[in-house]
Amino acid sequence: MSDAITDQTAPAQGRWWIGLFLVIAVLVAIRAGMGEGVGRVYVQTETTRYASTTNEQGRVAWSAAADGTAGAVTIERDLFRTAGQFRAAESAAPGQQAIRVSWDRTIGLWLAAFFTLAVFSFLAGDNPAYKFTESIVIGVSAGYWMVVAFWETLVPKLLANLAPDMVKAWCMPNLEGGAFNPIALIPLGLGIMLLSQLTPLGRHVGRWPLAFVIGTFAGLKMVSHVESDIIEQVRATMLPMVAFGDDGSFAAWASIRNVLIIVGVLCTLAYFVFSVEHKGAVGRAARVGVWFLMITFGSAFGFTVMGRIALLAARFEFLFIDWLWLIDPKGERGMTVVATLVSCIVDMT
Amino acid sequence: MSGLDRRWIYLAMMLAVALPILWNGVTGKTFPESPTPPSQACFDAIEALPEGSRVLVSFDYDPASEGELAPMATSFMRHLMHKRLKPVVIALWPLGPTKAEETIASVIKTDFPDRVNGKDFVNLGFQTGNEGVLKVIGTDFRKQFPVDRSGTPVDRLPIMDGITKAGDFPLVITISAGYPGGKEWVQYVSSSNPGLVLLAGVTGVQASQVYSYYPGQLRGMLAAIKGAAEYEALVSAAIDGDRVTAPKYTEARRRMAPQLFGHVLLIALIVLGNAMYFAQKRCKAVAP
Repeated sequence: MSDAITDQTAPAQGRWWIGLFLVIAVLVAIRAGMGEGVGRVYVQTETTRYASTTNEQGRVAWSAAADGTAGAVTIERDLFRTAGQFRAAESAAPGQQAIRVSWDRTIGLWLAAFFTLAVFSFLAGDNPAYKFTESIVIGVSAGYWMVVAFWETLVPKLLANLAPDMVKAWCMPNLEGGAFNPIALIPLGLGIMLLSQLTPLGRHVGRWPLAFVIGTFAGLKMVSHVESDIIEQVRATMLPMVAFGDDGSFAAWASIRNVLIIVGVLCTLAYFVFSVEHKGAVGRAARVGVWFLMITFGSAFGFTVMGRIALLAARFEFLFIDWLWLIDPKGERGMTVVATLVSCIVDMT
Repeated sequence: MSGLDRRWIYLAMMLAVALPILWNGVTGKTFPESPTPPSQACFDAIEALPEGSRVLVSFDYDPASEGELAPMATSFMRHLMHKRLKPVVIALWPLGPTKAEETIASVIKTDFPDRVNGKDFVNLGFQTGNEGVLKVIGTDFRKQFPVDRSGTPVDRLPIMDGITKAGDFPLVITISAGYPGGKEWVQYVSSSNPGLVLLAGVTGVQASQVYSYYPGQLRGMLAAIKGAAEYEALVSAAIDGDRVTAPKYTEARRRMAPQLFGHVLLIALIVLGNAMYFAQKRCKAVAP
């Protein structure tokens, strides 16, 4: 029954979503026709020549070189420039090419805007644009982490110890040491054993490296937890219930704060003592502990809301400032659509 | 009320956040900020350092948390440069060095162009290993960070003279979005170096986990965008005085107006929802 309803509503929903994105496209097109237009990225190319030298230890160093230096290579970098800088350069020399629109970065900006809107669209309901964006995020993340793991772990930590000469010639000319390190065979072996989990026959072999990882991690964590989360936290709770200031006068607020911390810790601990029935003094302390816990959860929720609103504000700033050029709080373009409209209204009134 | 389409709430939240941004973009006005003790402690810890001191700054975040943490990074870097301190930047997150480069370009290369890379500041890049990295730099810093981001050995960098372990830095700052971050710095570095001063700028989600370490194991703390705005105001007051602050140094304060209206809306919805719940319950109780 529910499948039949889904089948009937799916085309209507599809049309609704297409209509919504068409409305957004029309609004953006109208906005693009007003004033100085919408999001573009400007760049200026910086050209630097570098020459390499090799010292007596065989270490390669690159430094900036003058034009005409033999064997020097030229590196070009695109530096970001603002629309205001572009306009100033154009008014000084019309048709100049030093500062120009970067079309690949502009496409990136528009893709980022599309993906942002597509993620927001999930609030109205699941839809193909959201699914597409979600797939892109997952794919890019997986690919990125694979590249990071290869270049930051496998090459410098494993291959550089097993075949230093090859790695030095291939990708790390300044590699230190340079001798074969047999200890690196241990992580190599453990890694191969871990990969054997992918085969049905090798699952038991894969448990040995897992046991090594879990054991090492537990040992590492245990010491630090005992030091920082038990000993130091107990020390931080040993506070004077009657506090005095530097001049020896009674500090009322500090005393209240200290009493609250001590009472809060003891009552919250009382709540988690399950081997004693929560009756009488223990029961009352546990109820007070529940209040402290609730206030803690509320505070954590408040902080989470603050964080999420900050992230939402950052995405809106991206849409309004970088993409639609509605406002210009950083003064990068020198004019804004909203400011122009507001000043027109003020003038009219 | 129970039948209210939740999309109306999303729309209301969108307006509560978007309209203050547009208002701020037109007027340029921000709300005043008065610092809380954790933010003031961050400011005081940096002020207390003598000129030329080296400070270890760890960029433990990526673009997903940039909205909260980038303003903190900008203010920290501006304050360090103004005090003529020398930041040594590392990262426990793969995209941390890129975020650090953006901050260096925006603050140091633009407003402090006389500072020399390798002498007055350096970016040593990312190292994989999470708490393993922190455990090792506690005893041998150069083993984990043998070269800077451009491949220059740290032995050749004047800024690294005499630095052998994390405890050699009088001050460590972590700008942290999660794991590994503020908590791990406390567990693996602060606890094993009692004289070391540790400051943390953390996201809202992380703040409640890290708060218990303040003020003992963490000397100061910037909690979410509110902490960033407070610290930004302190740094602006110290550096700019009565002059107008450059817009790039008011980013956190600009995001406080959306915070205010977003929170007011949320509180109103919670109060309204509870009032409706109790009203309905009462109606059911009196109904025959």
